Amino acid sequence: MSAAVPGLMTPGAMASEVHSGMRLALPVDYAGVPMALMPHLVAGGARDLDLVCVPTGGLQPDILIGAGRVRSVETSAMTLGEAGGAPCFRRAVAAGDIAVRDATCPAIHAGLMAAQKGVPFMAIRGLIGSDVLRHRPDWKVIQNPLSEVADPIVVVPPIRPDVALFHCPVADRDGNVLIGRRRELASMAYASRHTFVTVERVIDGSLFDNEQTAAGTLPALYVTGVAVAERGAWPYGLGGEYEADTAALRDYAAAARTPRGFDAWLERFVADGGMP
Amino acid sequence: MSGASPREHLICTVADLLQGCRTIAVGASSPIPAAAAMLHRARAAVSGRPPVRISILGSVRHNFFTNGSAELFDSAAQGRIDAFFLGGGQIDGQGNINLVGTAPYPRSPLRWPGSFGSSFLYFMVPKVILFREDHDPRVLVDRVDFISAPGTSEPHVARPGGPHALVTGKALFRFDRDAGRFELSGLHPGHDLEAVRAATGFGFRHAPVPPVTPAPDAESLSLLRGPVRDTLAESYPGFAAQLQSA
Repeated sequence: MSAAVPGLMTPGAMASEVHSGMRLALPVDYAGVPMALMPHLVAGGARDLDLVCVPTGGLQPDILIGAGRVRSVETSAMTLGEAGGAPCFRRAVAAGDIAVRDATCPAIHAGLMAAQKGVPFMAIRGLIGSDVLRHRPDWKVIQNPLSEVADPIVVVPPIRPDVALFHCPVADRDGNVLIGRRRELASMAYASRHTFVTVERVIDGSLFDNEQTAAGTLPALYVTGVAVAERGAWPYGLGGEYEADTAALRDYAAAARTPRGFDAWLERFVADGGMP
Repeated sequence: MSGASPREHLICTVADLLQGCRTIAVGASSPIPAAAAMLHRARAAVSGRPPVRISILGSVRHNFFTNGSAELFDSAAQGRIDAFFLGGGQIDGQGNINLVGTAPYPRSPLRWPGSFGSSFLYFMVPKVILFREDHDPRVLVDRVDFISAPGTSEPHVARPGGPHALVTGKALFRFDRDAGRFELSGLHPGHDLEAVRAATGFGFRHAPVPPVTPAPDAESLSLLRGPVRDTLAESYPGFAAQLQSA
């Protein structure tokens, strides 16, 4: 059955679709983080990546930063949640090793929306008077052209990633994937040139057979490739499937406090194939 | 019933600020604001007031959104969110907040996670409650090093929302939007004006003898120690277990 699934590939083959200099969209830590790709991404040669965190980042970008693969990060925040700050990110920021394009969550959603709609910008309220705006020369303040009174408003350009990566519970035999209510994953896929999805399992049927699953389905139209990776979000959780492994996240946070500790953690993680 | 612990007192202080709010959003790692919102909801339920909705971001169970992480911002833009909570590495006397890091930017020696949605929600949500349990001059500064979101805006800037109050482990301040300054409205039990002044890096207005923030009534305490704690334990088990002793 699996052989007939369009775009079905291995996690290793999927990771090798990420090339140096690409702009990569990565999901927020509760939306389905494709952690199973990480050992392959780290073992591969892609460098100078420009990350876009949708809309915030955690373990996945922190590992890529620690492994020296990242040129810039656009994000609204970087955190390991309960496990604390993102250690490699902090170090890289203080050392000036990566360029940070600080954003705010709805501006990232607006940029993806502009790409989704194929329009040159999206308008967004707020931001005026903030240093977030001041440090984003690519964002502009315009006068609302439909208003006769002064009404300044911020516009942001489209975010068009080369590749979006995320993890979902299910793909079907036609390459459609179930995203449920994690609609930001659809935004990422609409905006990106290529979307690669790891899944817990592939079902021998169509997600369109049932209106309830169809409503939470990202059509194969937007999906370049699918790879099976059981517990593929670990140590993050997956909504409706399994909880986050907070102890493993804390272990990472403790180990990565020093560059040597991070290197040792990463070596073990790659050797274990990214599995618990 | 035994008296309120400092944490319980704090939760009740925050819950009182939510009076009249029907729809409240709470950040992922904010147990005290979450507890306050749940207490507010429980009090509304027992007194027959209209139901209160709470969304805890990042939670599967206590999250009523179905349109991904953009929906909070969209619903705030539509005016549907009455109250939200923000913290920050630095908060200054003009209500500016910094969630990014200490100067110089961008190579902050002390880097915090980032602005999240604050640069937007601080403008859009009518009642933003600033909450920091540790009341420290390194947090409550005269001027933030980086403005994630400004406390006030020029009159022609669209801004239906903004700061409403600042709650710390020592005191409650109200934000005067016309003056663009905080005013001390109460000290928590056991704290005095001089110590609060010394622990606050910005100047603020206050009464010659500031009042003490009201102690929780018996009904609030019993709700807090009963149904609220049980619901809270689903999202914050460790916090809920030590509520009464902390």
